[in-house]
Amino acid sequence: MTKRILGLAAASMLTIGTAQAQISDDVVKIGVLSDMSGLYSDLAGQGSVIAAQMAVKDFGGTVAGKPIQIVSADHLNKADVGSAIARQWIDQDKVDAIVDVPTSSVALAVQDITKERGKVFLISGAGSSDLTNKACSPTGVHWTYDTYALAQGTGGALVAQGGNSWFFITADYAFGHSLENDATAVIKSFGGKVLGSANVPLNTADFSSYLLQAQTSKAKIIGLANAGGDTINSIKQAAEFGITSGGQSLAGLLVFISDVHSLGLKVAQGLVLTESFYWDQTDETRAWAKRFSAEAKKVPTMVQAGVYGAVTHYLKAIDAAKTDDGKTVVARMKETPINDFMTKNGKIREDGRVIRDMYLFQVKAPGESKGEYDYYKQLAVIPGDVAARPLSASECPLVKKG
Amino acid sequence: MFGIPIQALFGQLLLGLINGAFYAMLSLGLAVIFGLLGIANFTHGALYMMGAFCAWFLLNLFGIGYWPSLILAPIIVGLFGILLERVFLRWIRNIDHLYGLMLTLGLAQIIEGVFRDQYGSSGKPYAIPAELTGGYNLGFMFLPTYRAWVIVLSMIVCFGTWFLIERTKLGAYLRAATENPVLVQAFGINVPRLVTLTYGFGVALAALAGVMAAPIYQVSPLMGTNILIVVIAVVVIGGMGSILGSIITGFSLGLIEGLTKVFWPEASSTVIFVIMAIVLLVKPSGLFGRAS
Amino acid sequence: MVTTVAPVATVGRRSRAGLVLTIVLVALALIAPLLVYPVFLMKALCFALFACAFNLVAGYGGLLSFGHAAFFGSAGYVTAHAAKVWGFPTELAIVVGVLAGTVLGVVFGWIAIRRQGIYFAMVTLALSQMIYFYALQVPFTHGEDGIQAVPRGHLFGFIDLNQTMTMYYVVLAIFLIGFAIIFRTIHSPFGQVLKAIRENEPRAISLGYRTERYKLVAFILSAALSSLAGSTKSIVFQLASLTDVHWSTSGEVVLMSLIGGLGTVLGPVVGAVVLTTMENYLAQFGSWVTVIQGVIFVLCVLTLRSGIVGAIEDVLRRRSRRKAAPGV
Repeated sequence: MTKRILGLAAASMLTIGTAQAQISDDVVKIGVLSDMSGLYSDLAGQGSVIAAQMAVKDFGGTVAGKPIQIVSADHLNKADVGSAIARQWIDQDKVDAIVDVPTSSVALAVQDITKERGKVFLISGAGSSDLTNKACSPTGVHWTYDTYALAQGTGGALVAQGGNSWFFITADYAFGHSLENDATAVIKSFGGKVLGSANVPLNTADFSSYLLQAQTSKAKIIGLANAGGDTINSIKQAAEFGITSGGQSLAGLLVFISDVHSLGLKVAQGLVLTESFYWDQTDETRAWAKRFSAEAKKVPTMVQAGVYGAVTHYLKAIDAAKTDDGKTVVARMKETPINDFMTKNGKIREDGRVIRDMYLFQVKAPGESKGEYDYYKQLAVIPGDVAARPLSASECPLVKKG
Repeated sequence: MFGIPIQALFGQLLLGLINGAFYAMLSLGLAVIFGLLGIANFTHGALYMMGAFCAWFLLNLFGIGYWPSLILAPIIVGLFGILLERVFLRWIRNIDHLYGLMLTLGLAQIIEGVFRDQYGSSGKPYAIPAELTGGYNLGFMFLPTYRAWVIVLSMIVCFGTWFLIERTKLGAYLRAATENPVLVQAFGINVPRLVTLTYGFGVALAALAGVMAAPIYQVSPLMGTNILIVVIAVVVIGGMGSILGSIITGFSLGLIEGLTKVFWPEASSTVIFVIMAIVLLVKPSGLFGRAS
Repeated sequence: MVTTVAPVATVGRRSRAGLVLTIVLVALALIAPLLVYPVFLMKALCFALFACAFNLVAGYGGLLSFGHAAFFGSAGYVTAHAAKVWGFPTELAIVVGVLAGTVLGVVFGWIAIRRQGIYFAMVTLALSQMIYFYALQVPFTHGEDGIQAVPRGHLFGFIDLNQTMTMYYVVLAIFLIGFAIIFRTIHSPFGQVLKAIRENEPRAISLGYRTERYKLVAFILSAALSSLAGSTKSIVFQLASLTDVHWSTSGEVVLMSLIGGLGTVLGPVVGAVVLTTMENYLAQFGSWVTVIQGVIFVLCVLTLRSGIVGAIEDVLRRRSRRKAAPGV
C-alpha cells in the first residue's frame, strides 16, 4: 500500500516535472514575419508587430510561468527570403510560433516549414484559401480572412446586383490566382460569366495596358484580384483613364481600410468590400482600435486586429495545455471557442480555418463621412459557414470524410 | 484585323508611345554619358528615382509644386551627379569600362538602399498638377491630359538635346573632346570641366524624367531598378553613344512593346531583349552607332 | 593585369604551403557545421561554387559575363521541377538540372563569345533577361511563388538528405568536386592558353590557337558548374525562385569574385563567404545590407581591384621576392 502511494507520488511528480519542462527553452518565442517595407506594409507590417506586442502585454507578459518574447523580420514579399528566415527562426532561434505573413506565396512556403517541424503558424495577412485546403497543416491556423470568403462576399454581392460579366486583373502569384478561381466559381454559380483575365506581376507601377485590355473586353465588372499597393494603383489609374465613367465598374475583391485611406473617399466611394473587422462596429472594437491607434498612429486593419486575436488565443491555449508543443497547442486551440473584440463564438475547424461572421461593407461618399476614418457602412453580415468552403468540398487531408 | 479590335491596337500603341517617351528620355542621358565619357552608367536608374523623390520632397517639405520642380529637381540632382563624377568616376577614366560598370552599380545600390531604408519599397503618391487633369476622348481610348503632356515634353527635350550636341559649337567641342581630348585641350578648352558638365547634364535629364514619371508611376525607391535594364537595352540597340539612335530607339521600342501587348502579351517584356541580342550579334555598334 | 612568373625556388615552397592550406581549409569545412548554422554554411558553399565557376570565365578567360544567373536559376528550376513533379531521385534531378543549364550555356556561349568587353557583358545580360522573363511567364516555374516544397529525397536511394548534417556533407562534397574540376582546369595547358587569351588575344591567335573554341569551352564549363551550384541550392532550400534568375544575382556573383579577387583560385570562395555572412548577420539592418554591399563594391573598384586574395598574394609575392633577392 505504502509502496503504491509512493509510486503514485513519484508518477505525479514526474508529470509535474515534465509539464514544467514542456515550455521549450523556458521561453515562448513568437516571430512576426511580415512585409515591413513593401506594398503590404501598411495593411500588416509594423502594425502587426504592435498588435502582437499588445496581445502579449495584455496577457501579462508571461505564460505558464515563462516569459513571452516577440521577434520580427521583413520577408520582402519573397518566398525564398521568407522561408530562409522561418527556417533559421525555428532551427536556430527556437521560435515557437510564426504569425501574420502577408503574401500567400511566402505563407505557403512557411506553412510547409512549420508543418515539417511541428511549429505553430498563425496566418493573418495571407489570403489564399489553399492554406486550409490542399496545403493545410495540423499546426496552421488561418485566422482572419481567405479568398473564398472574399469571393462569396464581394463577388456574390456584385453578381446579385446584376454584374454578370467579369474581367479579372490578377496579381500573378498564389493569392491572386486563388482569388480569381474562388471568385470565378461564385460568378458561375450565379449564372454569370468571365470574359478574360490579365496576369500582372506583383508590385506593378503602371496598370494602364491591363486596364485597356479590361476595357476592350466590354465586361460589366473589372475584378481586381490583387491587394495593397497594387489595388491602390489600379483603382487610381482606372479613374485617370476614365474607365468607371465609361460604364464599367471596378470590384476590389480585397480592399483594406488602409487602402481606402490612401485612395481618399473621393476615388474610393461606392466600392463594395468584405472584411472581418471594422473599427467602428461595437464599443469593444472602438476601444481596442483606440488603444492600437495610440501606438501605431493609424487605424487598425483586419489583419492587425487578427494578429492580436490569434496571438491571444494561442497564449491561452499554452496556458491551458501547459506546453508549447505545436500539435498539442493547436489541438487545444481548436477545442476552445474564440471570443474576443472582433470574433464572437468563433471556432477553428479541423482544417485550420477560423469560422466567424464576415461583413459586407460599402465605402461612404465624402459627404456621408462624419470624421476621420469614418469610411464604411455595413451592407450585410455573411454568416461564418457561408463564408468558408464547406468541408464536403475540402481537399485537406486532415478532414475526415464520412 | 486578325480579329484584334482596332480600339485595343491603337490604345496599346498609344500607351507604348508614353512608355517610349520615358525610355527615350532616360536612354538619351545614358547615351550622352556613354558616348562622351565611356561609362555605362548603372547609377542612371537611381538618379531617375532621385529626381522623382526630389519633386516629392520639394512638394511635401517646402510646398513647391510640379512646375517649379520640373526645373529645380534636375538642377539639384544634376549637381549631385557632378559631385559623384568628381569624387568617384574621375578615378576610373583610364581603366577598363567594366570597372565603370561595377562602380556605378555599387553607387546605385548605395543610393537605392538608403532610400529604401527611409521610405520602404511601396510608392508615395504624387498628384497630377491641376492644370493637367482630365483628358481627351479619342474615340478608341481615353487619353489623360497628363500622359499627352509627357509625350509632347519628352519629344521637345529629346530634340533639344540632339540639336545641342549635334548642331551647336558647344556640342562640337564636346564631340571633339571625346575623340581627342589632348588636342582639344591644346585649343585652350578645359576638357575635365567639359566632362563633368556633360555628366551633370546627362544626370539632369534622368532627373527630369523622374519628375515627369512621379504623377504616373508614383515615387518609389525601386522605380529606377525596374526600368534601368530596359533603358540599357535601348542604348545598346540604338548604338552606345548615339544621340539620335537613343531617341528613335526609345520611342520605337515603346511602340513595339505596345504592339506585342496586343498580339502576344506574355512576350511583351521579352521582346526588347530579343531585339537587343539580335542587334548585338548582327551589328554590335548598334543600329545608329558608328563602328568602332 | 600583369602576372609575374614566380621564381622556380618559390614554386615548390608555395605548392607545399598550398597543400597545407588546403588540408586546413577542408578540415575547417568538416567541423564547421558543429559551430555554425549548417543551412547558412550550405548557402555559402553553393554561392562559393557559383562564384568559382563564374571566375573561370571572368577571371581566367577575361570575359565578364553579366548573365550567369540564367544558368544558376534555370538549373534550380529544372532540378526542383524534376524532383517535385516528375518524382526523379535527387541525384538524377541534379543531373537533369545541370544538363539544362549546360545546354543554355552552349547557346549563350555560342552567341556571346563573338563579342568582347562591355559588349560581351551586354549580350549575356540581354540573354539572361530573356530567361528571366520566360521564367516569370511560363507556368511550371509558378512565377512569383516559385517551386516550393521540393523534396530533398534520398541520395542514391539510401542517404537521407532530410538530415541537415547529411545534407551538409553532400553539399560539401559537391562543392569540393566542382572546385577540383576548376582547379584542374586552371592548371592544365588549357587553362594556360585561356590566360594567354585574356592577356593578349591577338597574340594567342597568331600563335595558332583557335581562341574562340577555348573561350567557348571555358564558358560552357562555367555554365555547367554554375548550374550544379544552382541545382544544389534548390535541393538545400527546397525552393526555386525568381531571385536566382534575376539580374541582381548576376551582379552579386560579380561582386563576390571581385571582393575575393578575380583570377585567383581561392578569391571567389572568400568573396562568397564574406558576402553571404554579411547578408546573414546584417539582415536585421534591413536595407543597410544593400548599402554596405554597394560601399564594398565601390571601395573594391577604387582601391582593391585585385580583391582580398589578390592583395594577399601580392604581399606574399613581394616578400618572397625580397627574400630571394640577396641570393640572386
